Amino acid sequence: MMNKFTLYGCTLAFGILGPILFPAYISQITILWLMVVFALTWDIMGGQMGYNSLGNILFFGVGMYVCAIVQVGMYYDVAQYTAHSGAVKVHFTTAQYFTGLAFGTIAAALVSSLLAVAFGWIVFSLRGPYFAIGTLGVAIAAGELMGTWDYVGGGGGMSLPGFPGESDGSAFFYIAMFTLAIATFLFLRWLYASRFSLAINAIRDDEEKAEGMGIQTKRYKTVAWSISAFFLGISGAIFGNMTGFIEPLEVAFPTVTFGIFMVLMALLGGKGTLWGPIVGAILFHVIKELTWTYLLGWQWIALGALIVINVVFFQQGIVGWMQDKWPEKFGIEVDTQLGVEDTKQTEAVK
Amino acid sequence: MLDNISLLGLAPFLNVQLLLDGLLIGALFALSAYGLALVWGVMNVKNLAQGDFVIMGGYIAVVFAQNDIHPIIALPVAAVIMFAFGWLLYITIIKRVIERDLFTSLLATFGIAIVLAQGLNLAFGPDVQVAESGFPTLILFDGNVTLSQAKLIAFGLAAILATGLIIFMKKSRMGQAIRATAQDARAAKVMGIDTEKVYAFTFSLNAAICGAAGVLIAMVWVIQPFFGITHSIRSFVIVTAAGFGNLPGVIMAGLGLGAMEQFSGFILGAEFQQATVVGVLIAVLIWRQVQQNKHRQVVE
Repeated sequence: MMNKFTLYGCTLAFGILGPILFPAYISQITILWLMVVFALTWDIMGGQMGYNSLGNILFFGVGMYVCAIVQVGMYYDVAQYTAHSGAVKVHFTTAQYFTGLAFGTIAAALVSSLLAVAFGWIVFSLRGPYFAIGTLGVAIAAGELMGTWDYVGGGGGMSLPGFPGESDGSAFFYIAMFTLAIATFLFLRWLYASRFSLAINAIRDDEEKAEGMGIQTKRYKTVAWSISAFFLGISGAIFGNMTGFIEPLEVAFPTVTFGIFMVLMALLGGKGTLWGPIVGAILFHVIKELTWTYLLGWQWIALGALIVINVVFFQQGIVGWMQDKWPEKFGIEVDTQLGVEDTKQTEAVK
Repeated sequence: MLDNISLLGLAPFLNVQLLLDGLLIGALFALSAYGLALVWGVMNVKNLAQGDFVIMGGYIAVVFAQNDIHPIIALPVAAVIMFAFGWLLYITIIKRVIERDLFTSLLATFGIAIVLAQGLNLAFGPDVQVAESGFPTLILFDGNVTLSQAKLIAFGLAAILATGLIIFMKKSRMGQAIRATAQDARAAKVMGIDTEKVYAFTFSLNAAICGAAGVLIAMVWVIQPFFGITHSIRSFVIVTAAGFGNLPGVIMAGLGLGAMEQFSGFILGAEFQQATVVGVLIAVLIWRQVQQNKHRQVVE
């Protein structure tokens, strides 16, 4: 138990002291927490439920756009706003800005969750690789279609209301993102200790059997996806405002960057564990920042190679590997005698 | 959008033009999709780097054209180079993902796809390129329909390649071994087939087919380092629609997809072309699923 409290203490201390000690890196640390949210929400589906989605980025982008539309739409005509970006003088008072942001974030979370329910109805009949390719397709299509929708500025994107006052709001968005990461973590910790996680783990292990045992698989899958969509929607709303300018392909639906990062981070840390995605996200973010700084031009090659090596040689991830190595530290009881026979049996079956 | 549809009604030759373009391009899609069907069916590897193999082949043709060598000559060269490349990839990476779960191969090949796309970007730059073949353009129906000869030649070559592949799979020793392994890898092993070698050969053959298709695509269309993923998705659409061992199905689906893309590109606008491919993919997946559910109910 001691171990756990030091871990929580260290994370919290880093979250609070990090930006104070290194004010120059505040946006990097904000993105670090964004990555943690990404990895955690991906793991609900990919790790715990065995449904490897490649398109979760959809909800990030949808959240971003919904928030933007609500924020602007509460006070101005959105179509006019996007059509004459910069030409029309717009001004948001401090109160207007924060009410807009609050309602926008709530709307983003709700619309993303509802969208997950709607899409879940379509894609959850797909299994295995078809699910992965199908969700990838949905995310790519969403980005493309958003780029043709002139109401939200089309491919040119739209700029968001500026943060009121003198500061650029980096401290505010840092706190928002950090709180979101903590909230996501605490919620998932509670969720994974409940019966819900037993059900989704059963779906991962054998969906047919789970269904046979009377688990409403479709309902559980839909709820799991809308949970990840909920948090992703909020993260999109915050990130959009932090960037100040949103655009469909690079910012809102970056399928090959953020969309793949979430999978990679969860795998790197160890999917299907609570701490794995967090460890993976932190490690990945550090590696990414280093390669982006020192290997400019080659960073994508390094990233692709990392995916291949991670998937092919080290699929259980860091936390997964630690669990194998020291199971007693994680509260897993292993009957070695039985364990050995079990593996023998499964191998014989194979 | 409605204007464009009525335009199609007014000018029937436009339909012919679009259909012709679509079918000729679709044949090339079918070629790389056949490679994917091969790898998927025999090794159960879902290769998301398929499109990047195509683009690699395309750049070989571009390099030939830039050095004043006719890109047609690049066809066998690209096939040989890509065959070697496929073999290399097999012994380093693919070998280790065959026996693993479904997602592993998908993600590992996706990683390969990123490396390849970016490598090509570093080598050739992000510009759209064409391998100039210098073939003239034919004009049909009193100038209403244009048809570049390069497309016809590419179509013919694709047909020859496909026929050659069918004969190879049916008659040759290796082709028979590949088909045996696809049916039952374990039984094939018992019968003395070196399945490891069959896997390596299948994957390399796939890369070679893609390379050849890429040369033809570079001649009749455009290539760019990041077009690979769209080609991969096209192959997935075709294979999921047609099934694995179904070559006529693959050809039909390839031609159909090519035509559909041309028409939707004309009616909805060019920016919807990629969205169309993806939309068709999702529609095909759902349709397959509905069919499977029906099958499941019958079994119950």
